[in-house]
Amino acid sequence: MALDKNGIAQRIAQELRDGWYVNLGIGIPTLVANYIPEGIEVEFQSENGVLGMGPFPFEGEEDADLINAGKQTITTMKGASFFDSATSFAMIRGQHVQLTVLGAMEVSENGDIANWKIPGKMVKGMGGAMDLVASADNIIVAMMHSNRAGVSKLLKNCSLPLTGVACVKKVVTDLAVLEIKEGAFHLVERAPGVSVEEIKSKTEGSLIINGEVPEMSL
Amino acid sequence: MNKVVTTVSEAVRGIEDNMTLMLGGFGLCGIPENSIAELVRTGVSGLTCISNNAGVDDFGLGLLLQNKQIKKMISSYVGENDEFERQMLSGELEVDLIPQGSLAERCRAGGAGIPAFYTPAGYGTEVAEGKEVRVFNGKPHILESALHADYAIVKAWKGDTEGNLVFKATARNFNPMMAMAGKITIAEVEELVPAGTLNPNEIHTPGIFVQRIFQGARFEKRIEQRTTRTR
Repeated sequence: MALDKNGIAQRIAQELRDGWYVNLGIGIPTLVANYIPEGIEVEFQSENGVLGMGPFPFEGEEDADLINAGKQTITTMKGASFFDSATSFAMIRGQHVQLTVLGAMEVSENGDIANWKIPGKMVKGMGGAMDLVASADNIIVAMMHSNRAGVSKLLKNCSLPLTGVACVKKVVTDLAVLEIKEGAFHLVERAPGVSVEEIKSKTEGSLIINGEVPEMSL
Repeated sequence: MNKVVTTVSEAVRGIEDNMTLMLGGFGLCGIPENSIAELVRTGVSGLTCISNNAGVDDFGLGLLLQNKQIKKMISSYVGENDEFERQMLSGELEVDLIPQGSLAERCRAGGAGIPAFYTPAGYGTEVAEGKEVRVFNGKPHILESALHADYAIVKAWKGDTEGNLVFKATARNFNPMMAMAGKITIAEVEELVPAGTLNPNEIHTPGIFVQRIFQGARFEKRIEQRTTRTR
């Protein structure tokens, strides 16, 4: 069965390593914070200027001066710090953040990503996404395999305006974990009960399948 | 050096039609809300506003948009604002969308006397159109130029009569860089204290970057997305 959004987040959380600084985008990526594996400590960076982001506050304890990049009220963990936006993006561009997880509307087989604009329809701006994808070494895209109309989001070429070129190395969808290398999607794992055939039929870009593809363990 | 002005109208004096302004804040967090309200009252128009976001329909820069006082916005993210979208799609409002890190660094560069810099952000996208590309360490970068403003308007938690500023939590965001990049920088603070009260070790923006400072009469500090957990 295909994973729901929480399942995708849970699978991505398995990629976390002890001591990492991690930037989580809006949407499914935010949910990753709910599934940090036992015995691992990571610190979350939010690009509006906080390191050591904690959970949402208890009702009545919201602070208008303390928000995340999604403009949601948050709290901080022990050892947290605040900084200005230039310093925040120095952390990102300077590759001090070990992992970036973000959503996408389209990803291509060479690692291009589109997630900020639908011409004539949605023009909200890229926020920090272009800085994040251009700089991070380790980017995981969290998204559904197909869009609401049932069209594959893993493409030969992106049709929407790009956010970054040749930057995505891993994609986790409701159906599969895929690595991007040598101009193709490589199927690494499939969601429990999802067949290779189904993944194949829902992936428009080149898909490489090597031997038996294991199921994710969640 | 006493930089205190007593009223908000005195603080924004000199802001005229068609000027370029920088306004601090991220979403509605850390925005100079008293100064924005005063600009709405003066009716100054044709403004170019450099600000990460454009407020919401009835608060922040959204108020200046409703009043059609803004000619051009330079921002990284302008969602959550219907009037903005309407004016942009109809062509009434000119919009320059730039990556958030590039926006922050362009303000910082403007204040730091650096005319331009190379960044990887936006390479290969429409942001790079018409910009010089250069490869460093095997990776392509684009040339981005510094931003300047006739007036920068920032909001701080505490400030002293010398113009030294301390920000609170994530309300710091773009305020320190914009303070550096304004020909004249106006700081509105929640609490104005005499020089010598703030600990010099803990000042975020040194007073040299601030020309006018005042204590805001009232701060609504609206929350855009109130998210909580259950006890």
